[in-house]
Amino acid sequence: MPREDPLLEISDLRTHFFTREGTVRAVDGVSLTVPRGKTVCVVGESGCGKSVTARSVLGLVDEPGRIVSGEIWWRRRGQEPVNLAQLGPRSEEMRRVRGGEISMVFQEPMASLSPMYTIGDQLVEAIRMHLPLTQEQARERATDLLRRAGIPRAEERLDAYSFQLSGGMCQRVMIAIALAADPALLIADEPTTALDVTTQARIIDLLRDLQAETGMSVLFITHDLGVVAEIADEVVVMYLGTVVERGGVDEIFHDPKHPYTNALLGSIPRMGAGAGRRLATIRGNVPHPSDRPAGCPFHPRCDAAIGGVCDVSDPPHIVFGEARSVRCVLHDDVHRSSAAEVRA
Amino acid sequence: MLTYIGRRCLYMVPTLFAISVVAFAIIQLPPGDFLTSWVTRMESEGEKVDPAMLEGLRERYALGDPFYVQYGKWISGILFHGDFGESFEFGRSVTSLVLDRLPWSIGLTVFALIFTWVVAFPIGLYSAVRQYSIGDYLATTIGFLGLAIPNFMLALAMMYIAYRVFGLSTSGISPLTIGIAIVVLGTAGTAGTIRILRANLLDELKKPYVVAARARGVSERALVVKYPVRMALNPFVSTIGWVLPGLVGGEVIVAQVLNLPTTGPLLFSALRTQDMYLAGSIILIISVLTVIGTLLSDILLAWLDPRVRLGYR
Repeated sequence: MPREDPLLEISDLRTHFFTREGTVRAVDGVSLTVPRGKTVCVVGESGCGKSVTARSVLGLVDEPGRIVSGEIWWRRRGQEPVNLAQLGPRSEEMRRVRGGEISMVFQEPMASLSPMYTIGDQLVEAIRMHLPLTQEQARERATDLLRRAGIPRAEERLDAYSFQLSGGMCQRVMIAIALAADPALLIADEPTTALDVTTQARIIDLLRDLQAETGMSVLFITHDLGVVAEIADEVVVMYLGTVVERGGVDEIFHDPKHPYTNALLGSIPRMGAGAGRRLATIRGNVPHPSDRPAGCPFHPRCDAAIGGVCDVSDPPHIVFGEARSVRCVLHDDVHRSSAAEVRA
Repeated sequence: MLTYIGRRCLYMVPTLFAISVVAFAIIQLPPGDFLTSWVTRMESEGEKVDPAMLEGLRERYALGDPFYVQYGKWISGILFHGDFGESFEFGRSVTSLVLDRLPWSIGLTVFALIFTWVVAFPIGLYSAVRQYSIGDYLATTIGFLGLAIPNFMLALAMMYIAYRVFGLSTSGISPLTIGIAIVVLGTAGTAGTIRILRANLLDELKKPYVVAARARGVSERALVVKYPVRMALNPFVSTIGWVLPGLVGGEVIVAQVLNLPTTGPLLFSALRTQDMYLAGSIILIISVLTVIGTLLSDILLAWLDPRVRLGYR
C-alpha cells in the first residue's frame, strides 16, 4: 500500500548565512518528511543545523540567513500543496500558516513570553489571530487550552505574567499558545533543554498526550537521545547541515547504519555498563559550518573512514526504504568494492 | 502600585535632605557672611547702615550660631513659611524673584523634553527597524552632529538665521525665541536618546519572545510596536532622570544667549555677584524639581512595566 503523501516534505533544503567572514552553510541539502499524525525527531549535536531547518519551515530564519534553494512542501488535507520555501517570510499566506497550521514551541520558555503582557493577552492574541472569535470566546478558549496544557487554576493564571511562573509552567503556556488554532503540525525546537529533568519528563508526556488527543504531527528537535526513544516514530540524524541517516525509531536504535549514529548511541551512559569504564565519546569537535571538511563531513571524526574515498567525494545517498536512508559509502556496494581496491 | 509609590516617596527624603545641606553649604561658602559684605558695599557707596536693622538681620539668619543652627533656621523657614531668604542684590525676597521666573524654566524644560521624545522616538524606531539602511546612517549622523554642536552655538546660529533670512528679532519673550530655545535644548538630548532607543530596540528585536510572536502569526508591524517597542520604552522613560539635569544646565546658557527670563540667567548673575541666598535657593529648587521629575519617571516606569510594579528584579 503506497504511503499517503506526507504532511510536510522538505527536499534538498539549503539555508545559508551570509556573514562578513563568509558563507555559513548551516543547512546544506536536508531532506526529510513528516507523515500525518506521527512524531519525527531530528537529532544532532549543537550547531548541526537542526534548529535552522525547523525555522526555515516557518520562514523564521534571522538575518543574514536565507533559504538558498530547496523545497518545503506543506500538504494540508483537501488543499493544494504549498511550497513554504517560496513564500515570503512577511507574506500574508505565511502568516496564516504560522500559528494557524504550523505552530512552534521554543527552547527558552521564559524568554519566549513577553514580560510586558499577561499570559492571557498573548494566548488570546494567538487565538484571535487565527480564529474568528470574540474577546470573551477567545478568553474561554484560552482557559480551556491552559487547562489542557496541564496548568492548574487556569482561570487565574490568565492574568499572571511570565516572570511569575516557573520555566515548566511557561513551557506549558507556550504549548497552549501553540495549540491555539489546532495546528496540523507542531514544531518543538528543543522544548525541554532549559528545564530540569523531572519537568522535562512531564512536558514530554504532555506533548505525547496532546498529540494522541489531537492527531497532529510533531517535528521534535532535540539532542537528547533519551527523549527520542520516548516519543519518536521516526528519527532523522543530522550532522553539519546534512541528514546522515533516517529511519524508524527502532531501526535507528537497534540497527544504526551510519558511523555517526553509531557513535551517538555509543556515547549514551548506561546503567550497569561496568563501573570505571570510560564513556565512549566521539573524538574531535564538530567543525564550524564555515569550514566544512571535503567529502563526507563526518570523515575526520569517523573511525570507519576510508582514506581516498570519504575525504574526497560526497557520500552517496543510499535508500533502503520509504523512510529509511543513509548517507555513507559503507553501505554502497559499488563504493565498498572500490574502497576495498584502494585498501588492497 | 501604591506601596511602590509610597516607598519611592520615602526614598526621596534622604536625597532631598542631602541636597538641601549641599545647597546651604554653597550659601555658606564665601568667606565672611553676607551681612559683612553687604555692609561693606553699602558703606563704600556712602550709605549708613542702621545697627538695629543689622542686628535684626543677624538674628533672622542666626549668623552668630553654629552651622547646624543656621541650617535649621534656614530650612524651617523654607519648609514652614516658604521663606527662602532675601536677595541682597535685588533687595527682594528670593521667593518672589524665583516665582517670577520658575514657570518659564519649567515650561521650557518640559517642552524641550517633549521635543526630545517626539523627535527621538520615530527616528530611533526607524534606525533600529531599518538597521544599516541609508536612513539609519543619516539619522545617526544627524544625531551625532546634534550631540557635538554646543547649545549656545546652535542658539546663535538659529538667531542669526532668523534675523538675516527672516528679518526677525530674537530677544526676550516671543514665540520665536521660545521656539528656538526649545529646539536648541531639545536637540542636545535627542541624539543620546536616539542612540539609546536604537540600541535597546536592536537588542529587543532579537529576543526569543519576538520570534515566538512572529511564529504565532503576528504581523511584522504589529509585532514591533506591541513587543520590542514596549520594552524599549523603559530606558526611554528613565531618560527623564538624566536628561533633566542636562536641560537645566543647558538652559542657563541658552536663556542667557536668547535673553529669556528663566531661572538660568538669574542663577548665573546670583553666582557672579555672590548673592548666595538667591543662588543657593535656585540650586535647591532646581535640584528638588529634578528629583521630583525622576520620581515621576519611576512611577511612569512602574505603570508601564509589570516587572517593576510587581517587584521582580
